[in-house]
Amino acid sequence: MQTDGPAPDRTPASRRSGGFSRRSFLKGASIAAVGGPAGAAATAGGAILTDAPRDTGTIPAGQLREIALRVNGVERRVAVETRTTLLDALRDGLDLTGTKKVCDRGACGACTVLVDGQPTNSCLMLAHDAVGREITTIEGLASDAALHPVQQAFVEHDALQCGFCTPGFVMSAVACLGKHGKPSPATLRHELAGNICRCGTYGRIFAAVQDAAGRAGR
Amino acid sequence: MRVISARSLDEALAALRDATAASRVLAGGTDLMVELAAGRTSPDLVVDVGAVPELRGIRPVDDGLWLGAGTTCTELLHSAAVTAHADLLAIAAREVGAAQIQNRATIGGNLGTASPAADLVPVLFALGAQVALRSATGARVLPVEDFVTGYRATARRPDELIEGIVVPPRPARELRAFRKVGTRRAQSIAKLVVALAIAADGGVVTAARIAAGAVADRTVRLTTLERALFEGLPPGGLADAVAASVAADTAPCDDVRSTARYRSTVLARVLVRLLAALPSC
Ligand SMILES: Cc1cc2nc3c(=O)[nH]c(=O)nc-3n(C[C@H](O)[C@H](O)[C@H](O)COP(=O)(O)OP(=O)(O)OC[C@H]3O[C@@H](n4cnc5c(N)ncnc54)[C@H](O)[C@@H]3O)c2cc1C
Ligand code: FES
Ligand code: FES
Repeated sequence: MQTDGPAPDRTPASRRSGGFSRRSFLKGASIAAVGGPAGAAATAGGAILTDAPRDTGTIPAGQLREIALRVNGVERRVAVETRTTLLDALRDGLDLTGTKKVCDRGACGACTVLVDGQPTNSCLMLAHDAVGREITTIEGLASDAALHPVQQAFVEHDALQCGFCTPGFVMSAVACLGKHGKPSPATLRHELAGNICRCGTYGRIFAAVQDAAGRAGR
Repeated sequence: MRVISARSLDEALAALRDATAASRVLAGGTDLMVELAAGRTSPDLVVDVGAVPELRGIRPVDDGLWLGAGTTCTELLHSAAVTAHADLLAIAAREVGAAQIQNRATIGGNLGTASPAADLVPVLFALGAQVALRSATGARVLPVEDFVTGYRATARRPDELIEGIVVPPRPARELRAFRKVGTRRAQSIAKLVVALAIAADGGVVTAARIAAGAVADRTVRLTTLERALFEGLPPGGLADAVAASVAADTAPCDDVRSTARYRSTVLARVLVRLLAALPSC
């Protein structure tokens, strides 16, 4: 049962420190962590370099640990708290901010990424849980030369207004086309039902995905 | 919050030896992560069983069909065995959240939360399922109705894991139906949900299990209606039997998703429609 009301701030204490923006601070922190133990110790929580711990032990809240995530085909190290979500690890830890944070509770699909090829709400998954799995984000779709066909179709169909829902829709659409090739309109609607567009661009989104399916020629 | 990522059933059970009432098992996380985000729970220990192979898998067993607790909704709706023996589960799984949720949400998690509005729980009631529990010290099996003990409350001890669910074999000529009423097709928690299984022989009802969700503090059986189907309908017919059962067996409330009045009215209507459509009633 969902309750209403404001969610508490899950941002680790180390990221709330005043004086600099959260993101610039984090960039500093991850660079420091890569620099070695001395640099790591300089981060607020005192990051410990370990492999993905199977038992986190009793790490105090706010203390960071480094884990390895395989994102868009590349192994990346990122400092997280025990309870950090995959979404926060991607956005705040790895600066992959294409994945959007809207509801933070599984209801909107803006945070959709592919985990081992399956569309997944990254806000509902612990970063720890994503260790050893193949994660694909919106940043991983385009090649240097070209956008992914679904991205290209979104551009051509002008399938967005504010664009906040777009990365999630694109990821769900990519998964849907991977699974169904040329989905029927009903199948497409079913597969995209976990994504919400507050601007109501659904018509264009469905048209873009159908078009991309046709072009991919699957 | 200590997180232990178990890689085997034994590891998970060993980790749960230290569990307290505040500890939580983590499967797909589609309930637990929301509770964590909302600050509604702060567990001392989280045992992540998402990668425990023994909790996966659907296979025939002597007393029916075994569904590992870690079976996801996506797996339920693509399983030929589930479609053949427990089709209502596949139908209900398709209505849990949407693709992203179905890919993670497990049947064990649906039971573990025991939300009164859960979609799979009433189906397990209607199918007469058994819940297999295991701890480091032993194992036991409970009928699903004894497993759910109250509002989001279950008979599970903190050191126990839901290992799996056994759905008994499908009786001949059993008619089944599932109906969920929500604000929209996908991604909405039920305003009310009904699952039923009725066996009939030559127009005579020989077994009936009718369950409803989101109309009381927990999933309930509509026993008054079941009895009326066995013993003969009252003079007012099906509508009266349904009304009597809704009054006696449910206790709906007003909440964010609906009102008590809506729930009673629509529950009665859904039941009359489902039962009238069954050939034998
Ligand atoms: C956007 C959204 C939409 C949803 N829509 C629906 C819906 O339409 N219908 C519906 O019924 N539900 C819905 N849910 C709720 C949820 O998806 C289901 O209840 C799901 O089945 C929970 O499974 P899980 O594996 O994700 O559970 P988790 O969150 O991992 O666990 C849930 C609970 O069960 C316990 N648990 C899990 N596995 C075990 C085990 N093996 N042994 C012992 N305890 C265990 C956990 O400790 C926890 O208390 C929705 C959730 C979200 C976020
Ligand atoms: S931010 Fe994850 S579903 Fe809305
Ligand atoms: S374009 Fe604004 S939410 Fe979809």
